[in-house]
Amino acid sequence: MANIITTRNVRLYYGDHEALHGIDLDFPKNQITALIGPSGSGKSTFLRCLNRMNDLVSGVTITGSLKLDGKDIYSPQTDVVALRKKVGMVFQQPNPFPFSVFDNVAFGLRLAGIKDHKLIQERVETSLKQAAVWEEVKDNLTDNALSFSGGQQQRICIARVLAVQPEIILMDEPTSALDPVSAGKIEELLLDIQDKFTVAIVTHNMQQASRISDRTAFFLDGKLVETGSTKQLFMAPKQEATSDYLNGKFG
Amino acid sequence: MDKIKRQLTSSSKATRQDRIGKLVAFLCTFLIGLLVVSIFYMVASRGLATFFKDHVSLWDFLSHQNWNPSQVGKDGTPEVGALPMIVGSFSVTVLSAILATPFAVSMALFMTEIAPKRGQKVLQPVIELLVGIPSVVYGFVGLTIVVPVVRALGGGTGFGILSGTLVLFVMVLPTITSMYVDSLRSVPGFYREAALALGATRWQSIYKVILRASVPGLLTAIIFGMARAFGEALAVQMVIGNASLLPHDLISPASTLTSVLTTGIGNTVMGTLPNNALWSLALILLLMSLAFNLLVRVIGSKGRLTK
Ligand SMILES: Nc1ncnc2c1ncn2[C@@H]1O[C@H](COP(=O)(O)OP(=O)(O)OP(=O)(O)O)[C@@H](O)[C@H]1O
Ligand SMILES: [Mg+2]
Repeated sequence: MANIITTRNVRLYYGDHEALHGIDLDFPKNQITALIGPSGSGKSTFLRCLNRMNDLVSGVTITGSLKLDGKDIYSPQTDVVALRKKVGMVFQQPNPFPFSVFDNVAFGLRLAGIKDHKLIQERVETSLKQAAVWEEVKDNLTDNALSFSGGQQQRICIARVLAVQPEIILMDEPTSALDPVSAGKIEELLLDIQDKFTVAIVTHNMQQASRISDRTAFFLDGKLVETGSTKQLFMAPKQEATSDYLNGKFG
Repeated sequence: MDKIKRQLTSSSKATRQDRIGKLVAFLCTFLIGLLVVSIFYMVASRGLATFFKDHVSLWDFLSHQNWNPSQVGKDGTPEVGALPMIVGSFSVTVLSAILATPFAVSMALFMTEIAPKRGQKVLQPVIELLVGIPSVVYGFVGLTIVVPVVRALGGGTGFGILSGTLVLFVMVLPTITSMYVDSLRSVPGFYREAALALGATRWQSIYKVILRASVPGLLTAIIFGMARAFGEALAVQMVIGNASLLPHDLISPASTLTSVLTTGIGNTVMGTLPNNALWSLALILLLMSLAFNLLVRVIGSKGRLTK
């Protein structure tokens, strides 16, 4: 299986503080990779390297190689705007814009300069269907997205990302602010879309990781301790730290 | 047993303090409320006397162009046409708001989005200073600089709507800017992140998300600025020319509700028509500020979702 993103020896410094100590992690195309590890282990930091969101934090230095489709993400020639269209992101807190559902989902399309209203309409509908929220919003597309429940908002946000048709979607604890039913719906939709998209998901929920991911990567103190197929990592971890963490000995 | 019962049924010290606190707060609120009501009553009773006691028709008052309350016009009714002042007030208010808004938006964006640090250091004190300057100073500067410049460029005397607008522009600019800065700051940072993560450029995230999310805040800021402009008396009076004529252009002398009030109120006798007519002008002012307030509330409740 081809890797869509490959990273080698990634180090990240917040000022003088080294938060990532040389990460080598690959993301196979059309698979779901779960990033697990205790709080402060660098999962979010690493994830945000992949779409260059860390550029917004002042004083950040990144070394090593990160490649998307073989092209360096951090080369000076990289068009960050184009990169972020290919690498979408869903955040922990649902963060729809205070606009209508339709305008939210159409946002990325309009950014991309698409004017054809029919095309936009089609894409909005497909994306909302993919995000398993169409049935709940289809009669209220002009309502403010903030008037929906947290779980619905998060799925609207997922639809907003899907509409841009990214190659890879980064999710930073997308269900941790949601109730179990809403979380379950998001897990289901991830399984439904996984043949079209590559997903990297940070989660603190071990069951969630084992249910939905193909591969799992275990982070600890800014290091990647172990990575492998989810089955192997959960059933037969190679490192002691991994099995300790999975058995709830720390974290 | 009895002791416990007594303890439970009599109120504790904390409860008594609570009651006293509530009473004081209630009394203060009541006093302020009374004050507002009596101001309304006073202005309304005098202002309405023009129509009920002196039998001027409301329509004539609002639509006639001649203002000379101490004289009786050709048709036998007193000349109390307030139209020139109403037009004057609205003109300077609307024009100064229109002129100030783009500047206020740019300054607010500069202070919050483009260069928060420098904006904070340089512009914040400038704005606070502008707010603190007394209006007579604005009027004086207007009189010595704005009026001559308008005269040189536009001809005429230099007094008029244009000069009034320019002076008010400087006066409402800080009001609109600082209020809009507050509303921009209250736009959650994660909107910015979300927009950038979707592939927006920094500029796109500003004008497609942040500006749009803060429209209710901007409208509120503009209305506050307009309320200030509408109610400003001294500075406007010094540069507008104080001629109760319906303004036909921007550079001939005109007047506003406030300028007529301040120039006229000392020269009339209580209870006479000329005096009552001025109170009627004051009533219009009061109703307008009420309208501005209501508008802010309507926008606030409509924009609640977007905050
Ligand atoms: N903006 C920042 N500035 C400075 N240090 C930071 C910043 N963000 C994160 N860190 C540090 O980097 C390290 C990794 O943080 P990170 O947020 O990536 O952890 P995480 O694994 O996502 O944790 P969590 O599970 O709690 O979200 C921590 O030590 C944290 O203190
Ligand atoms: Mg995190």
